Amino acid sequence: MRCAVLQFPGSNGDIDALGALRSFQNVTAELVWHQEKSLESFDFILLPGGFSYGDYLRCGAIARFSPIMHAVQKAAASGTLILGICNGFQILCEAGLLPGTLIRNRNLLFRCEERLVRVETSDSPFTKKISSGSLLHLPIAHGEGCYFAREETLQELHDKDQVLLRYATSKGEITKASNPNGSCENIAGICNQKRNVFGLMPHPERACDELLGSTDGRIIFESILDHVHSGARTSL
Amino acid sequence: MKVRITIMPQAAVLDPAGVATAHALEHMGLHGVRSVRIGKSIELDIEGVTEEELHQACRELLSNPVMEDYRLEILS
Repeated sequence: MRCAVLQFPGSNGDIDALGALRSFQNVTAELVWHQEKSLESFDFILLPGGFSYGDYLRCGAIARFSPIMHAVQKAAASGTLILGICNGFQILCEAGLLPGTLIRNRNLLFRCEERLVRVETSDSPFTKKISSGSLLHLPIAHGEGCYFAREETLQELHDKDQVLLRYATSKGEITKASNPNGSCENIAGICNQKRNVFGLMPHPERACDELLGSTDGRIIFESILDHVHSGARTSL
Repeated sequence: MKVRITIMPQAAVLDPAGVATAHALEHMGLHGVRSVRIGKSIELDIEGVTEEELHQACRELLSNPVMEDYRLEILS
């Protein structure tokens, strides 16, 4: 699997993502600078976390107009798997590839801690190897990760089974106390209707090595690998 | 042409910075604050564009219609 990790000015999760991807067999991963214009040779595209363009204007708003984003739009339309982590999720929302937006954490705190997320469905290339209802232990690190969408958008996310991750308790319950940032319905990650674009605030790439306290992020990348190696393309 | 764009969070969107500032105003001794909403103001000096192009810039870059409303004023 050939992976591209996009690099915007201000990205800071790019090297972590590269390291995590390269820890898997049969994977090559390279950084792609935001001024590049093509992503055609890649099976998988990752938009990493960080503070692209200093979060000026709104998080992800300026990165959305980087030259590489035309190629991301094209890849998304052709069914290539695209994963946006943290700031990458914000960029995908700003680009209109995912619905809704991410606003300031309701408690105004920058949350940098480990959290449990419940996998809501295994019906996606990103969660296909995870049973629905499983809990993953993943780190979060964000000040603007409160997922917000209008009522009708939330309803559509339900109807199309697009919510992949929710912040949960150790018993798998979705409670106010298990919500670190005030996200609507404890949403931690969503996919698009075609299910080939996934954005999440937690950092699976920082949970791929025992040394870092959790390896629960690996199963997300294993799902992606499995999907790509099985030759499945998301139907359009 | 000088243009000012005022961007405000929509009423349905929680503005935690506004809520925190309302509390601070109370603590400062200014009582009776019903609500505080914090937005931003952008001033442009620009030539050779139509008003519709400016509105497009507001919709696509300067504001996010999912959570914000904007007001465009041509100053001179």
